[in-house]
Amino acid sequence: MNSLRSRVGWGLAGLAILVYTLLPVAWIVSLSFKQGDDINNKKFLPSHWSLDNYRTVFDTNLFTSALRNSIGISLIATTVSVILATVAAYAIARLQFRGKRLVLSAALAIAIFPTVALVGPLFDMWRSLGIYDTWIGLIIPYMSFTLPLSIWVLSAFFREIPWEMEQAAQVDGATPWQAFRKVIVPLAAPGVFTAAILTFFFAWNDFVFGISLTATNNARPVPAALAFFTGESFFQQPTAAISAASVIVTIPVIALVLIFQRRIVAGLTSGAVKG
Amino acid sequence: MTTLTAPPGTGDTGRGVRASGHPRLSERARDEQRLGWYLVAPAVIVMLAVTAYPLGRAVYLSLYSYRLTDPAAKEFVGLRNYGVVLTDSLWWQDVFTTVFITVVTVAIELVIGFAIATVMHRIIFGRRTVRTAILIPYGIITVVAAFAWQYAFALDSGFVNEWFGLGDKAWFSDRWSALAVIILAEVWKTTPFISLLLLAGLAQVPEELQEAAKVDGATAWQRLWRVTIPNMKGAILVALLFRTLDAFRIFDTIFIMTGGAEKTESLSILAFRQTITRTELGLGGAVSVLLFLSVVLIAAAIIRGFNVDLGQVRGD
Repeated sequence: MNSLRSRVGWGLAGLAILVYTLLPVAWIVSLSFKQGDDINNKKFLPSHWSLDNYRTVFDTNLFTSALRNSIGISLIATTVSVILATVAAYAIARLQFRGKRLVLSAALAIAIFPTVALVGPLFDMWRSLGIYDTWIGLIIPYMSFTLPLSIWVLSAFFREIPWEMEQAAQVDGATPWQAFRKVIVPLAAPGVFTAAILTFFFAWNDFVFGISLTATNNARPVPAALAFFTGESFFQQPTAAISAASVIVTIPVIALVLIFQRRIVAGLTSGAVKG
Repeated sequence: MTTLTAPPGTGDTGRGVRASGHPRLSERARDEQRLGWYLVAPAVIVMLAVTAYPLGRAVYLSLYSYRLTDPAAKEFVGLRNYGVVLTDSLWWQDVFTTVFITVVTVAIELVIGFAIATVMHRIIFGRRTVRTAILIPYGIITVVAAFAWQYAFALDSGFVNEWFGLGDKAWFSDRWSALAVIILAEVWKTTPFISLLLLAGLAQVPEELQEAAKVDGATAWQRLWRVTIPNMKGAILVALLFRTLDAFRIFDTIFIMTGGAEKTESLSILAFRQTITRTELGLGGAVSVLLFLSVVLIAAAIIRGFNVDLGQVRGD
């Protein structure tokens, strides 16, 4: 069907997409290997490849503690958020109850909420509650803002699961709760996984809450720490150090994308188009 | 389906219709209601705790002259903060900047996103590679992307001026060139999201329609506008809605690249500066509330104006 010419044409277009997506990544990787005056050589590639920037970054408390914070906060927020979303999405997809549309509307409203509009009051509230500049102070907003997407992804998945399985379990004497836990959860595991990846991306990426609700290395996550690298005098060239730190925190993203490409695509599009 | 299963002994008057005319719920159905609420409640509480209450608090504080560093001077001022904000030319400048960035990025993204979606839809050799690569800008930290583009255009470290023979062009010391780089970084980072939504839409367009149009002699351009786009209207509108509202709250890229200098400040940066940097929770509250209202207005305008099927957006 497809002529060779059109196949080559689409292939070239695909190549253009690869250049589009990878050029800035390649640039920051290249920059992270530059050293000394090389940083300002105005060339794409370093004239001499050096690992110095990575050594500097790992010797910097600002970065290592931020990395620890980011990993811990993102993982905890992801786990708890996905558990809550799984339970809620099950109810939305499977049970009849009043107010279901209200819940979905609330989720939509939160998904489009301008987060910055909240940081002022949250800053104030967190200080009086004593959770300003702590892990939990970031975990809570991350959960709130990732729940909508998780609920959509998961309820879309739950709708695809055959009803009969659950009914069969209930006929065999399982309570609704058992039917949920023993039948639905294993079937829905791929969906749960997708929701977890998208939630992790959100938490890993967040900057607004990260700079507003933290003050020290105690809880400051990587994106906020990167912003504070600039202007710090103990780096002669923050450019290269920031680049190296950027590459390090991009590695988990690329790993997840490479391994779970299909799931991420399915998750991002599940809410948008109904089959 | 579940209304017929009231257990014996308790269902004596339970079945049938109450005097009010509403069908009375069986015990089983009531259990289902209750379970539904128990399961949804934790998620709803967490979602509202960090949105509804702080928003209410922002509305409340916006009626006061209140600076965190000087709590004793807190004073009720009614709507004066709103008057101050709305008569300040800085507010309107930031409104313009934000709207400008939103309109330009979303317009560019819809076009590029559609092109990328078409390629991903049609390509056979290397399909998986392209679909994986497109997720990298989506997944990468916005701050990292902003740094990468900033360094690429920077006077000292950048390669862009060198590549294109622009000499010493200082991209970030002029409003429009700074906005151009900000928009470029935003487009790069968020086009993949749009292209994936559009790809899902493309997959819904029946191939037979394309073939039929081709047989009838429609050009590729006509097929695009008469067959493809009308059949994926839903996906386009969902992409438009989400990306517009997302673009409108732009913060990270501007914060990293210019910090709002050279008149590149967005409304989100303004709200942040008032509340966090200057700790003016009263005035900042007014900015926050106005920002929130703008988002609500835009959402309503898109949903009404384009007749977006809210059920599809909401996922019910």
